[in-house]
Amino acid sequence: MADKKWMPRWFYQLASPRWCYEITGKLLPLFVIAAILLLVTGTVWALAFAPADYQQGNSFRIIYIHVPSSILAQSCYMLMAVAGAIGLIWKMKVADMVAKCCAPIGASIAVLSLATGAIWGKPTWGSWWVWDARLTSMLILFFLYLGIIALNSAIESERTAAQSTAVLALVGLVNIPIIKYSVDWWNTLHQPATFKLTERPAMPAEMWVPLLVMVIGFYCFFAVAMMLRLRNEIIQRERRSSWVRDLIAG
Amino acid sequence: MNDSVPNQSTEESMVHVYKVDGPFWGALKRDLLLSYRRKSDLVNPLIFFLMVATLFPLGVSPDPTFLADVAPGVVWVAALLATLLSMDSMFRSDFEDGTLEQILLSPQPLYLVVLAKVLAHWMLTGLPLTLLAPVLGVMLFLPAEGMGGLVLSLLLGTPTLSLIGAIGAALTVGLRKGGVLISLLVLPLYIPVLIFGSAAVQGAVTGLPLGGYLAILGAMLSLGLVMAPLAIGAALRISVSG
Amino acid sequence: MSTPRLKIDNLFCERDERVLFEGLCFEVNAGEVIQIEGQNGSGKTTLLRILSGLSRHFEGDIYWQGEHLDNCAQAYRESLLYFGHQPGVKAVLTPRENLQWYASLHPEMDLTKLDYALVKVGLKGYEDVPCHTLSAGQNRRVSLARLYLSRAPLWILDEPFTAIDKRGVAEKEALITTHAQEGGTVILTTHHELAMGDKIRRLNLDQLAGTL
Repeated sequence: MADKKWMPRWFYQLASPRWCYEITGKLLPLFVIAAILLLVTGTVWALAFAPADYQQGNSFRIIYIHVPSSILAQSCYMLMAVAGAIGLIWKMKVADMVAKCCAPIGASIAVLSLATGAIWGKPTWGSWWVWDARLTSMLILFFLYLGIIALNSAIESERTAAQSTAVLALVGLVNIPIIKYSVDWWNTLHQPATFKLTERPAMPAEMWVPLLVMVIGFYCFFAVAMMLRLRNEIIQRERRSSWVRDLIAG
Repeated sequence: MNDSVPNQSTEESMVHVYKVDGPFWGALKRDLLLSYRRKSDLVNPLIFFLMVATLFPLGVSPDPTFLADVAPGVVWVAALLATLLSMDSMFRSDFEDGTLEQILLSPQPLYLVVLAKVLAHWMLTGLPLTLLAPVLGVMLFLPAEGMGGLVLSLLLGTPTLSLIGAIGAALTVGLRKGGVLISLLVLPLYIPVLIFGSAAVQGAVTGLPLGGYLAILGAMLSLGLVMAPLAIGAALRISVSG
Repeated sequence: MSTPRLKIDNLFCERDERVLFEGLCFEVNAGEVIQIEGQNGSGKTTLLRILSGLSRHFEGDIYWQGEHLDNCAQAYRESLLYFGHQPGVKAVLTPRENLQWYASLHPEMDLTKLDYALVKVGLKGYEDVPCHTLSAGQNRRVSLARLYLSRAPLWILDEPFTAIDKRGVAEKEALITTHAQEGGTVILTTHHELAMGDKIRRLNLDQLAGTL
């Protein structure tokens, strides 16, 4: 199109599924190694060496999974909405594919966050589920993911599905801060702050450094999952193009 | 009028003088007229509203103190579900008879046409629900002090529900089965309105000042008025294109 | 040479894994009538929907009076009259109300001729009857009445003569010819053998490389 000239070169390249397939092929091993290293280091550090919490003892250690998964579930939604917007505006196929791959990964990670939250709740509050503000917000985020997945699978045409889910993801993105704010406010109204999940007075370095390692490890893991799905999606959609045929034949 | 203009209707009684409406009035008038001629569609959400609210005393407890406690939430949830129920048909008949295509091909701003359609939808569902709500309030033993809050919060909240719901309706209009899907898309987005709407009623019951709640509901409505028609328009173009 | 009114450049469209057309190029000038031909499923309707701007599932470029369609969508819609598969008539409204509503969407329409148009399409006496009491052909006539009211130069008509009787077809054909003579442009599909024969340019989608 005529008004695309100001776009940098890499933007065009990124738009090419073939280029994307090749570059992710090169990056994938790096991220696999990084994810394994970081996750193993982080887990061992968090479980064996980080000090126990003075109030909750060892049960707090689940935050080393809960917190990274919560952060990642939110970032994933953001990526999905941004990729969807790029796909809508510049009609970039790869962006559509990225957005499509985000939804199931994001939903699984949201489930992980909810499950670890519930497991943590049992020793801390004595029940599996508490209508805590953060857990409730995560539950709603999970619902948003489910809506996106449902819409995507209901529409047969790939292009229409990608565009529709992009609009829905953007509407969701505008709504997430409003939802978060209202749930926080609702929570203080109904449950005068007794115990907050992650807002603890200045965590000592021995505690947060392994947490940081885990967060970065989760991001690397996400990149791996994303690239694997994306490469699948590229091959599937481009199956009739000559380079994919060559790839399969060779 | 003045005399220099020849009055045609005296000579030829068949000649009509047609007024051309703007896009907003044209769409609003049309949708109101459509539902006036199909009156049954008009009362269905109201009946649903009444029935859902009846389920709570039957399903949980008819105890007046319990009902008074849950009334703000129950009326709001019932209003929300009734709005949702009416949402699917919003663009569907236009899609099926081809008038939606004509709307999208019009040189008039789609924003205005969409806004008019949402306004018509609200006038035909949200507004009657709001007016009926005090009846439900009485049935559920909502204290008299809460009635004002109930009506005001619904008055400000239900238009937002129509706006958000229309996004879901526009996204699913091309699909044969939109009904359940639309709820999945829209319900999570309704949560903030539900929280502040029912909190406003509760606040009114306990005698708290209402200004803050209503201001937030108003802010959500303003944001919806600015943003939702854009999303609805984009979604309609995508759905019709597919 | 002056710029063509409508220029289609390298159009590609596939549906359900089937390529409907590829590398489709043609130009339409003022005063021309183009009939799109092809078997069922050859993509006639799809092509008309793409040309109208309704469907965006294509690759390639369309230019309206030398300007890319993406950059002049507003001006294009002002110049376009589209008659689609569904006539776009509300069943519970009367023919008169339907056309009035249509005029609110197309301010360039000449509403003073509304009664005349309804007479011309043979709906005299049915002006104020709800459209669901009319036959399928009559419903399509309500929509065709727009042809008499419109001032748009470009008409895109998808099967306008379906369910219309012989005399009606002849009249609409005459109308199309007049429109072309006055400098208008018509792109249509139809299964009718048109009497205007040699004045029409034909574009056959079955012979795909169809570059005119």
